[in-house]
Amino acid sequence: MTDLSSSPRRHAVSTPIVIVGHVDHGKSTLIGRLLYDTDSLPDGQVAQIIEVSRKRGLAVEWSFLLDSLQIERDQGVTVDSTRIPFQLNNRDYVIVDAPGHRQFLRNMITGAADAEAAVLVVDAGEGVREQTRRHAMLLRLIGIRHVIVLMNKADAVDFDQEKLAQTEREVRAFLGQLEIPVTEVIPASARDGDNIANRSERAAWYQGPTLLEALAAIPAPPSRWALPFRMPVQDVYRFEGVRYVAGRIERGTVREGDRLVIGSQGQEATVAEVCRWHAPHRGVAGSGESIALRLEPDLVPDRGDLLYPAHDEAAKPLCAPRLKTRLFWLRGEPLQVGESFRLRLATAEHDVTVASIDAVVDLDDLSLRPGEEVPPDGFAEITLAASHNVLFDAFAPGMPDGRGVLVDRHQRIVGGAPLLGPAETAEGQHAIHPTASRVSPQERSALKGHKSGVFWMTGLPGSGKSTLARGAEERLAAAGRAVTVLDGDTLRSGLCSDLGFSPEDRHENIRRAAHVAKILADAGQIVLVALVSPLAEDRALARRIIGEGWHEVFVNAPQALCEKRDPKGLYAQARDGRIADFTGVSAPYEAPQKPDIVLPADGDEKACIAEFVTVMNRAVGL
Amino acid sequence: MTTLEQPQAMDALDQLEAQSIFILREAYRTLKPMALLWSLGKDSNVMVWLARKAFMGHVPFPVMHVDTGKKFPEMYAFRDEYVKKWNLDLLLGDCPPVEEMDPSLPPAARSAARKTAGLASLIEKEKLRGVVAGIRRDEQATRAKERVFSPRGAGHRWDVRNQPPEFWDQYAKPYEEGMHVRVHPLLSWREIDIWRYIERENIPLVDLYFAKNGKRYRSLGDQDITSPIESHASTVAEVIEELEHSRTSERAGRAMDHESEDAFERLRVAGYL
Repeated sequence: MTDLSSSPRRHAVSTPIVIVGHVDHGKSTLIGRLLYDTDSLPDGQVAQIIEVSRKRGLAVEWSFLLDSLQIERDQGVTVDSTRIPFQLNNRDYVIVDAPGHRQFLRNMITGAADAEAAVLVVDAGEGVREQTRRHAMLLRLIGIRHVIVLMNKADAVDFDQEKLAQTEREVRAFLGQLEIPVTEVIPASARDGDNIANRSERAAWYQGPTLLEALAAIPAPPSRWALPFRMPVQDVYRFEGVRYVAGRIERGTVREGDRLVIGSQGQEATVAEVCRWHAPHRGVAGSGESIALRLEPDLVPDRGDLLYPAHDEAAKPLCAPRLKTRLFWLRGEPLQVGESFRLRLATAEHDVTVASIDAVVDLDDLSLRPGEEVPPDGFAEITLAASHNVLFDAFAPGMPDGRGVLVDRHQRIVGGAPLLGPAETAEGQHAIHPTASRVSPQERSALKGHKSGVFWMTGLPGSGKSTLARGAEERLAAAGRAVTVLDGDTLRSGLCSDLGFSPEDRHENIRRAAHVAKILADAGQIVLVALVSPLAEDRALARRIIGEGWHEVFVNAPQALCEKRDPKGLYAQARDGRIADFTGVSAPYEAPQKPDIVLPADGDEKACIAEFVTVMNRAVGL
Repeated sequence: MTTLEQPQAMDALDQLEAQSIFILREAYRTLKPMALLWSLGKDSNVMVWLARKAFMGHVPFPVMHVDTGKKFPEMYAFRDEYVKKWNLDLLLGDCPPVEEMDPSLPPAARSAARKTAGLASLIEKEKLRGVVAGIRRDEQATRAKERVFSPRGAGHRWDVRNQPPEFWDQYAKPYEEGMHVRVHPLLSWREIDIWRYIERENIPLVDLYFAKNGKRYRSLGDQDITSPIESHASTVAEVIEELEHSRTSERAGRAMDHESEDAFERLRVAGYL
């Protein structure tokens, strides 16, 4: 065995620094300059940048260092975050570059989440812009403790003290609103090298540190050894008859003989051994170490169980079924109340539903406003309801606690949700804890032999929606498909018998039909909804409720033909004025602008059904 | 009162090791079946070593060697020795002939593409959901863009423009049939970290890495597309000493990296490491 104490040199952990800011405020140029000034570029790389710049007919372009992918050079934007190590006074740093392009927020969070400090690059002339706000908001949500502001391109305002003081006031006021502590505000020119490594002669009035001095002054992260112990169980192994409970210590210290509680079940065990392979035995381990524990008694915890100290009230994590969180939303479509996700919290996973969207952040003035949905790349405060108690610690900057991440049913990460604390239920209200299915859509479609889907058939009264739906249902069922028809009259005779035909009631009718259709689709059914649904807005609501698997079907027949058919005699009554608000006569019909399927319902009915069945089969993967 | 023993402060290697162990354990738990690419080079030896750290001396999944048939004889001898010593479950994969590769690629890249094709057929044959690979960000700019868990869709293509977010140690999982995830436990390691760790843990290596007659290999690929560098470093300590003063990049001896500006990226999008 190697004796570690004989190891000649120990090297300090490197400090990750993220560089953020609005597009074109000079992030990539700053990084190139930093690496050049600290002599951190290998010979080959400098030569390559010079060569590539020359090939493109440009002067040496430091930003090429980062824009190393062909596609990025061609577009002229940094697509993804990247990491570059450099050294300063024998201390190792890693620069994380984050793109300013707004739809690439998820790349920025990928780079920035583990940073110890951030450099926020602000154009001295332009001041705070849209992405400055967005990035600063994100720095706050991921809990970056040290923020250095670089007022770049100060040469463009001639290092004018008054102008720079004005920009500084604006930036400080804005960051103050976000409760982000500002370490330094430095006037600089990354292109020319002023106040990066070398003190600028053009800003003699400036007394503060250069950027490199400010970076050198970032303190090492505080030790987490003295905090109450937390280890989320990552896995349990059994090798040669010994059971190992594996995990990484998030904080605190564990020693052989310590008494621990295992997860929310409340079982207790004693640490019999702190195990490592090919390392001297030490009966103790501290935060950050990936270890394995042998427990006595030899219990088998589940992945995700949190291990924490027993018999110490002050060391207990929080425990609640409803959680208040700050959210950064990374999905391309808005978030709505009622959506279900998996909440990943360290190695644990919990089924959660968005119980409420409590406030949405308006990035223009950072105000919190009530809102129905969280837009893509948006920030909000939301309440998550789990089906059972969740053990957690509240999120705190620089700590591994409460780092919730939301994943959708396809296992895609759709948002970050730092946990603020337990959510109270308003007095007199029943707390709603919807449970999400453990059966995935893939498993259901494997059972049924096809995917589910909702075919929302809209068209004038008498266009033939129900006839076509029933005909198609018969053919699909005969072929062994799981199929259901929801038609307007059937719904109105039962579930919606309390509703009339006012715009409000029609809206409610569609809302209910959409929820029923969704439940059926979630159960694996092919659902045909035959509803006049005359308003585009109401159909948009249905589409949002149903989500994936929605297909809009326009049953297209000329009004004259529908009126001639008039199977229920309703057109005649409407023309006589005996029925009010009749679609096509006394109420509007808004035909779909871009339906997924158009059924021409003025010809051969059988051919039309056959065509519809063919299209549906394709849509459900047959 | 007795003083309690305190944990040992973690240095850079301790932290990298702990993070890699965490990644390997996540991969083993969430991606089944999984295998580790063992190219017989220094990085993949470190990776096998880290797997033994993670699983208490065991490697509970197969290691793969995609054999181009053009490795140095020393590498084959090393493989056969350590398969036994480390009790590894070895999967061997063959590579198709170079004539079957994209003729529009420059010669060395075309030769390297054989490995991509060999890897792809092995992944399909074994129906792998996880493939552990020892790439590092500091090796090459294109690799700097990688995720720790990098999902590959049908055809194993790397969708550089559409990579999933990855933060707070939460990693991607495959969500469709035919997908797999490339897992990169060494992504944050630098070349010097690898050597310092080899020194600290005393990890065995092929001696091609050490100087003979004033030359040594800094990076080991196929015989025909890798060249040695001028060096007198004949021990791990001397290599570390040399690297601490080096100003050239590690893959300088790999021909395909230099043939054209985008050759390496084209290889990687198609599934090369």
